[in-house]
Amino acid sequence: MAQFLQYAFSGLTVGAVYALVALGFTLIYNASGVINFAQGEFVMLGGMVTVFATAAGVPLPLAALLAIAVAVLVGVALHLLAIEPAKGASAVTLIIITIGASILLRGLASIVFDKRFHALPAFIPGEAWRVGGASILPQSVLVLGGAAAVVVLLWVFMSRTLLGKAMIATAANRMAARLVGINTVWIICASFAVSAAIGAIGGILVTPITLTNYDVGTLLALKGFSAAMLGGMGNPLGAIVGGLVVGLLEAFGAGYISSAYKDAIAFLVILLVLFVMPNGLFGRAGVERV
Amino acid sequence: MLEVKDLKSRYGRIEVLHGISVEVREGEIVSLIGSNGAGKTTFLRALSGVQPVSGGAIRWQGKDISRVAAHMRSRLGIAQVPEGRQVFSPLSVEDNLKLGAWARRDNEIAADVENIYRMFPVLAEKRNIPAGSLSGGQQQMLAVGRALMTKPKLLLLDEPSMGLAPLLVDQILSSVADLPKLGITVLLVEQNATAALAISNRAYVLETGKIILSGEAASLANDERVTEAYLGL
Ligand SMILES: Nc1ncnc2c1ncn2[C@@H]1O[C@H](COP(=O)(O)OP(=O)(O)OP(=O)(O)O)[C@@H](O)[C@H]1O
Ligand SMILES: [Mg+2]
Repeated sequence: MAQFLQYAFSGLTVGAVYALVALGFTLIYNASGVINFAQGEFVMLGGMVTVFATAAGVPLPLAALLAIAVAVLVGVALHLLAIEPAKGASAVTLIIITIGASILLRGLASIVFDKRFHALPAFIPGEAWRVGGASILPQSVLVLGGAAAVVVLLWVFMSRTLLGKAMIATAANRMAARLVGINTVWIICASFAVSAAIGAIGGILVTPITLTNYDVGTLLALKGFSAAMLGGMGNPLGAIVGGLVVGLLEAFGAGYISSAYKDAIAFLVILLVLFVMPNGLFGRAGVERV
Repeated sequence: MLEVKDLKSRYGRIEVLHGISVEVREGEIVSLIGSNGAGKTTFLRALSGVQPVSGGAIRWQGKDISRVAAHMRSRLGIAQVPEGRQVFSPLSVEDNLKLGAWARRDNEIAADVENIYRMFPVLAEKRNIPAGSLSGGQQQMLAVGRALMTKPKLLLLDEPSMGLAPLLVDQILSSVADLPKLGITVLLVEQNATAALAISNRAYVLETGKIILSGEAASLANDERVTEAYLGL
């Protein structure tokens, strides 16, 4: 039982990060129809910029804000320089563009930063807490709480502000949105920005637990993508549930079967979803598949 | 107010508007009638900027706007009720109306929402319901209301009567007929030519991408070519 709990805690912790990545996929997918495989690089930037800024003497809160700002700028640039000029291109072309952007960002990160692994000290120092025989790090609680806070803030933003509603309107019917005077290019750009910020926050929170380097985005994107697929691409609630489920599956798989298969679980989820329920757990039918 | 000269538009390599010239004067209701696939929707979309034009000019209050972005045209006072209503389905009725006022910065938005509810009381009852769950007629009213919320000078209406029960058609068209009293000029696209001509000052007849007839609505309503082709007489 203690072991089960232990696996569950670690599954939920990484799952929360996958959920944030999946939420990033969802936002951009809904607004623009693009599946952004550079989503993992936002997480990487969150962690790496915070690491290097704190190493340079910037206080942690400021470093974290800086990291979010850098990720947002990169997200906006990605949209304005790569996605928007290719408007009208097929879904496959757009995906290839985002994969190219992801490779470029990794390359740049390996030059601007380095290729080593980096850690951050835990934001809440102290011993692990004991719960039911298992131990949970205060930082894990912070990851879960932080992810929950992001989800709540995003929900408030989407359901309570006119800008959030303009995003929903643009996602629902872009032509009608333009007809009422919404600058949809700007709105889609904003969704890239929000998505980048969410990814970066995930990266900042999880780095004290999982380490980071220039290359962590690749697997994170894959796992976030499988989480989004599992939840039903385009469904924010599905993304969150999907992320937690993928995280839990991974932790239980690693614990009870073998940690060698840990990363294979996400692939397995993607394949199963594609074969068994192409619309995911909460998906609507008729979403374009690629 | 609106002067369209020799407007051309294409889908890929296929030209569907072959040089259309139309004029709308302030305070008028002008209708554009034509059968399926004539190019009516393409024309209205080109006017709003959501369909690219490949030639010609759109002069609005004296200035050529054919290169102005769609979201700016709505700010210049041109609104459209698109074909098939196109409400924002996941958002509530009220949010749809508020988004109509997206580009406005005045403080009469709340009062205007109430005006729309007075115009279409059924929308007031459903104000918190997602637009996607309204009936076709209610969605049409919402689409009209949303366009009015932009405070347009010119309203483009694309087949507002499509798919509605006769009683609702009358209700929608009679609210359209009242728009000039509110200072709103109307360009109405209809397949239902009888109903359209009845509330219009002037009309154009569009066939396969060309204007083949135009004139006073009353005289067109008696024109043989119109009665045969569009009035089913
Ligand atoms: N997205 C599109 N791609 C290619 N061709 C199109 C597209 N939309 C319309 N067309 C073609 O352009 C022509 C004009 O279509 P349009 O929708 O403007 O006609 P319409 O007069 O509005 O017809 P309806 O009365 O059926 O609404 C038609 O031949 C149609 O097949
Ligand atoms: Mg049409």
